[in-house]
Amino acid sequence: MKFINQTPLKKIERRDFLKTSTLGASGLLLGFHISCSRPFEEEIKEASIFFDPNVYLSINDLGEVTIVAHRSEMGTGIRTSLPTIVADELAADWSKVKIVQALGDEEIYGNQNTDGSFSGRMFYEPMRQAGAAARMMLEQAAADQWGVDASECNALNHEIIHSGSGKKLGFGDLAEAASKLTVPAVEDIKLKNPEDFTLIGKETPIYDLQDIVMGTAGFGIDAQTEGMKISVVARCPVAGGKVQSYDAEETLKVPGVLGVHELEAPAFPMGFNPLGGIAVVAENTWAAIKGRDALNITWDEGANAVYNSESYMSDMVTEIQKPGTVRREEGDIKKALATSSKTLESTYQIPHLSHTPMEPPNTLAHVTEGKCVIWAPTQHPQWVKGTVAAALELDPGNVEVHVTLLGGAFGRKSKPDFATEAALISQKAGVPIKLIWTREDDVHHDYLHACSAQHVKVGLDENNQVIAWNHHSAFPSIGGTSSPDAIQPADFELSLGMLDFPYDIPNICCESHDAPAHTRIGWLRSVCNIQHAYAVGSMLDEVAHLRKVDPVDNLLELLGEDRHIPFDKMMKDFPNYNEKVSDFPANTARMKNVIKLVADKSNWGKTLGSGRGQGICAHRSFLTYVACVVEVEIDENNQLSIPEIHFAVDCGVVVNRDRVKAQFEGGAVYGLSGALSSAITFDKGKVVQSNFHDYQVARINQAPGKVHVHFVDSSEKPTGVGEPPVPPIAPALCNAIFAATDKRLRELPIKLT
Amino acid sequence: MNPVTLTINGADHTLENIPDDMPLLWAIRDIAGLTGTKFGCGMALCGACTVHMNGNAVRSCSITVAAASGNEITTIEGLSENGDHPVQQAWMEVKVPQCGYCQTGQIMNAAAFLEKTPNPSESQIDQAMTGNICRCGTYNRIREAIQLAAKKGGAS
Repeated sequence: MKFINQTPLKKIERRDFLKTSTLGASGLLLGFHISCSRPFEEEIKEASIFFDPNVYLSINDLGEVTIVAHRSEMGTGIRTSLPTIVADELAADWSKVKIVQALGDEEIYGNQNTDGSFSGRMFYEPMRQAGAAARMMLEQAAADQWGVDASECNALNHEIIHSGSGKKLGFGDLAEAASKLTVPAVEDIKLKNPEDFTLIGKETPIYDLQDIVMGTAGFGIDAQTEGMKISVVARCPVAGGKVQSYDAEETLKVPGVLGVHELEAPAFPMGFNPLGGIAVVAENTWAAIKGRDALNITWDEGANAVYNSESYMSDMVTEIQKPGTVRREEGDIKKALATSSKTLESTYQIPHLSHTPMEPPNTLAHVTEGKCVIWAPTQHPQWVKGTVAAALELDPGNVEVHVTLLGGAFGRKSKPDFATEAALISQKAGVPIKLIWTREDDVHHDYLHACSAQHVKVGLDENNQVIAWNHHSAFPSIGGTSSPDAIQPADFELSLGMLDFPYDIPNICCESHDAPAHTRIGWLRSVCNIQHAYAVGSMLDEVAHLRKVDPVDNLLELLGEDRHIPFDKMMKDFPNYNEKVSDFPANTARMKNVIKLVADKSNWGKTLGSGRGQGICAHRSFLTYVACVVEVEIDENNQLSIPEIHFAVDCGVVVNRDRVKAQFEGGAVYGLSGALSSAITFDKGKVVQSNFHDYQVARINQAPGKVHVHFVDSSEKPTGVGEPPVPPIAPALCNAIFAATDKRLRELPIKLT
Repeated sequence: MNPVTLTINGADHTLENIPDDMPLLWAIRDIAGLTGTKFGCGMALCGACTVHMNGNAVRSCSITVAAASGNEITTIEGLSENGDHPVQQAWMEVKVPQCGYCQTGQIMNAAAFLEKTPNPSESQIDQAMTGNICRCGTYNRIREAIQLAAKKGGAS
């Protein structure tokens, strides 16, 4: 998600993209000879005629359809899903479709920032239009050839068929004629009837599946070029620190080490620039690592050397008991709490979390006179382009960014720091550089998910009705990574699960508190929804038990009447995931619907033996409605297992059913990592953890027995699926643990003993 | 510093001027140029770098080239010619991969496991695969794919 000042979210209105982006074949497609799945092979082209109705699509005279994937593939399947939308509207035979990865270029492709779970939402319509326009042109070309009306010509499975005579012409036969026709105006494009979809809503396997299982898929770390050397960097363990002095004598004795280069360290907060330090350049990765180990560096650690996450958390916990900055208010919270016949208050805490994608950050950069070529596993090639250009003082047009496959990302790889770092080293070393971050680098220098403390106070009246909801939130803001003044969370952060609280309670007050950042804070899969859903989802369960109402009934009752909640009228600048509230309203009927569906499918309330329990949480994020039931079993040794998880999901139109299921299966596991075991802590400004032995993440033996994903059939616009699975997991888990044991766990990662 | 000879997928590679303590992983990736074997942790904690040494699954990040020399090393590139090893086939049928980065290590680990345990129970699968992390969280499908491969005659 784009949250940051440096890259204001430019909402792309590409309604006229078909008209404006029709470019010639050579101008467009030659840029893509580096296909992502086999990045470093030259493509052999035999076709001579190309029909390029728009920037996403080309059809040649051999009938080969090439579709451009302009978003980054980090495991969501987007590199397959968006092209299937084009292919479906085109009526192409999927087996004849080839996918090429776009270079980073906003002018051509529009937004390429693969973040914030908005690829489907933003590009569903443009992709349909891209395919449909081409299909109409092929139909017209056939009609012209047969001397019939285009309405009698229909595309089916890579051919145009004349309905009267049954005559057929293949796409390849029509490419030349179609290329001479005018692209239809957007308002004239006839989209398919959804009933006729052949790919949308189905389960097409990802394009790179075979390459992945054979080990031939091209991730960033696999990129190679002639003359390339390897680099690792020693960075100050405290954010904002710098090299005071260093001695590289021993480093230069390591066989294979070619040189060392000092990189300037920016002052804190450094935004999304590299951290600086000492870069070791070597013939191979091991020599670079050994060379770095041999460096003798004295660091000037700077002001953040005081950062201790334990005392910081305890300060936040104290702070959130006090009045804060009011960010949303309805009714009179003070009066309501004062007159409540029962009140309940709880504090919830979550530590910093690290993304730790399996592929650590890396980049291959080649800087030559006046030019830079980058191959990076980046979620955001356009930001890389701009940041690298600024760092090297080049025109952005002279920075070429190739996007490889990403070995996981979760928000880490939308930051351009590592690509810029590689470019700076290549510039200094004068050779192509593949920069590798070791796992220790990744854990020590991540843009962390903010540690957080939440306090919620609830009041009930004498009729057992909830009349007051007072939510306090404290955590260092992502803004603190760029600005020392950002000591309170921004609206966009609080609107992720706190300000968009959808329950119908007459007195609501949401308050935020000061929490300056002492390390780089970033966005991690579902961002602040993690802490807000944990507090809200847990407290609603506590409220249900206080009221002696079934937790599912409690949620349905508190949601109130079916309605669209006018958050934009209730608050100034309500972000709504950068969509108009009128286009994507918070709809309590859809929320209730997923709650009812998950209750039904999970057999909510079923009789369970001792040590077992079910917990529910419903949470709307990235405009998608999710309800989740976790079932736990805790044995006599306090060993926890999760027999099953049920999700009910309303994400509008489901583009690739199997990949959306996969996002929820995997999102459950990602959420469980944070709930069960992951924590980053700081002492003296340094991250205490270093690798997967002390930054623990979920392993197969902790995975749920089964993850069931139940979809609401919907023709609404598609909404996010990458992030929404994560937020409800921890609260549903803790609610289940409460059901099983009567123990209420308000700190993550949980401790059962 | 003496030349070290590694036998990878049946081919001999002679390594010169490299430290004896270089992990096999970096020799495979940087010197033999076989990039299907992945770096994930460097401490035998995640399994992304799993290869076979004389048929056993080992973490190539934590075995030196000196120790690997004289043994038969198989990487993902040597598991099958065309991706038709039963474990690879099962992985595709179940659509296990999301980002795919850890999957070659998962597949190598599973293939060696099934050679020794052709009809594994669910708990044996979990136990055997616990050393392989997948941050995308494909564990449920990994279990399913291993069971499918076992059913289809497992090993190779």
